[in-house]
Amino acid sequence: MNHKSDTLVEIRNLGFSRGERVIYEDISLAIPRGKVTAIMGPSGIGKTTLLKLIAGQLTPDHGEVLFDGVDIHKVSRSELFELRKRMSMLFQSGALFTDINVFDNVAFALREHSGLDEAIIRRIVLMKLEAVGLRGAAQLMPSELSGGMQRRAALARAIALEPEMVMYDEPFAGQDPISMGVLVKLIRELSDALSLTSVVVSHDVGEVLGIADYVYVIADKKIIAEGTPAELKASDDARLRQFIGGEPDGPVPFHYPAADYQKELVGGVN
Amino acid sequence: MALIDAVARLGRAAIGQVTGMGRAGLMLWGALVAVPRPAKGMPLLIKQLYVVGVQSLIIILVSGLFIGMVLALQGYTILVDFGTEESLGPMVALSLLRELGPVVTALLFAGRAGSALTAEIGLMKSTEQLSSLEMMAVDPLRQIIAPRFWAGVISMPILAVLFTAVGIWGGHIVGVEWKGIDHGAFWSILQASVEWRQDIVNCLIKSLVFAIVVTWIALYRGYEVVPNPEGISKATTSTVVQSSLAVLALDFLLTAIMFG
Repeated sequence: MNHKSDTLVEIRNLGFSRGERVIYEDISLAIPRGKVTAIMGPSGIGKTTLLKLIAGQLTPDHGEVLFDGVDIHKVSRSELFELRKRMSMLFQSGALFTDINVFDNVAFALREHSGLDEAIIRRIVLMKLEAVGLRGAAQLMPSELSGGMQRRAALARAIALEPEMVMYDEPFAGQDPISMGVLVKLIRELSDALSLTSVVVSHDVGEVLGIADYVYVIADKKIIAEGTPAELKASDDARLRQFIGGEPDGPVPFHYPAADYQKELVGGVN
Repeated sequence: MALIDAVARLGRAAIGQVTGMGRAGLMLWGALVAVPRPAKGMPLLIKQLYVVGVQSLIIILVSGLFIGMVLALQGYTILVDFGTEESLGPMVALSLLRELGPVVTALLFAGRAGSALTAEIGLMKSTEQLSSLEMMAVDPLRQIIAPRFWAGVISMPILAVLFTAVGIWGGHIVGVEWKGIDHGAFWSILQASVEWRQDIVNCLIKSLVFAIVVTWIALYRGYEVVPNPEGISKATTSTVVQSSLAVLALDFLLTAIMFG
């Protein structure tokens, strides 16, 4: 097997729909090991869904998701749980457990899975919190943290078991410039220092192009562009230009599809 | 056409109901059928016993006291006309043991603990805490659902017994202390007419059945919530409505089997 291939996650011909609504028609992409891969696209096209498909929380209609060569949707539940110990996800809301403090949040997965002594767990937790700059906040409850700090605490929790891959779901959404800068720095540093595979899902064009090694742009249920940030910036694809440039009207129309404007105004009640 | 539409709607609703029951069954199955892990499970269970059971104590005890007192007062005004006010003891005790204890406890429990369970789990779902448990390779059914289910099933029969005991004490306060029924007569007739199997065991059985149903509904409503504020508020409402209706309907069924 290509056990140490450069690709950690490979998605092949993936299709997914919710009820009648098709989210993805036919998506194929590869996430290289040890790099920061970004998946960009407008809001509401199911970028989070893609992460949940990669993590095996949702099942696709067709196609496959290979994590290190194993199809994540074909394994048993216990095998899936074993695979999940090798990946983790930073949720948009942070998703810290609200009834326990920051320390216990970070220690949670360690206590569940590592079987390590409490003294060692304590050191690991403090090291992870130090890495995100929140060692001093270990005893605070999640509700006492600001949004940006919650996300950093959640990041410490996500790397507690030293996963091979971290998936970031909209890590920059709703952050002030300072916490945004902190998160950008952390994602890049963690990726380099731990040679972590990072998958960043986001629509914050500036930040993403700043840290990603490789970018996929999704729109209209499929991948419309891919490449390094430089390649994307140089592209002359109209849809891509509109998205990166943040132009209000273009191939993605400003108007929701509607009947003819004049007819509707003049026509009265049909 | 209208008729066919109506039939189709009925069919869809029925399929929806059955699917829902199936999903609720699967949820409970997934939560409960597993190798027990006492070292990890016990602390979770104890915490939930506190939240679900101990924190419901005040409302249960106060309600029990008042219901016992009201029952005694109403009973006394009727019985005294026939000169049989000494039968107040069994009247209060049997009403509480056979019906009011388990039923009112279950209704209060649904309002106090059931709605809180639904809201808590619904919030956990909408803030992605359940997803993040799954991502950490921890089964939310076992971590979140199972301890809450056991806590509900263990605490409700105990709460029903306490409710009944406090209610009988309330009856004693009104009947003996206030209305002046003979102390000895009140208690001795009460003791003579309450049977272990017929009354007390049946009280516990009823309460256990209600506990399973109410806790199950509350957990399922939370687990299947539409993850937004509107969804959570709807889910808590339907927890209280559905479990109250289920308790009352089941009470009729159980009473028919036990006493009919």
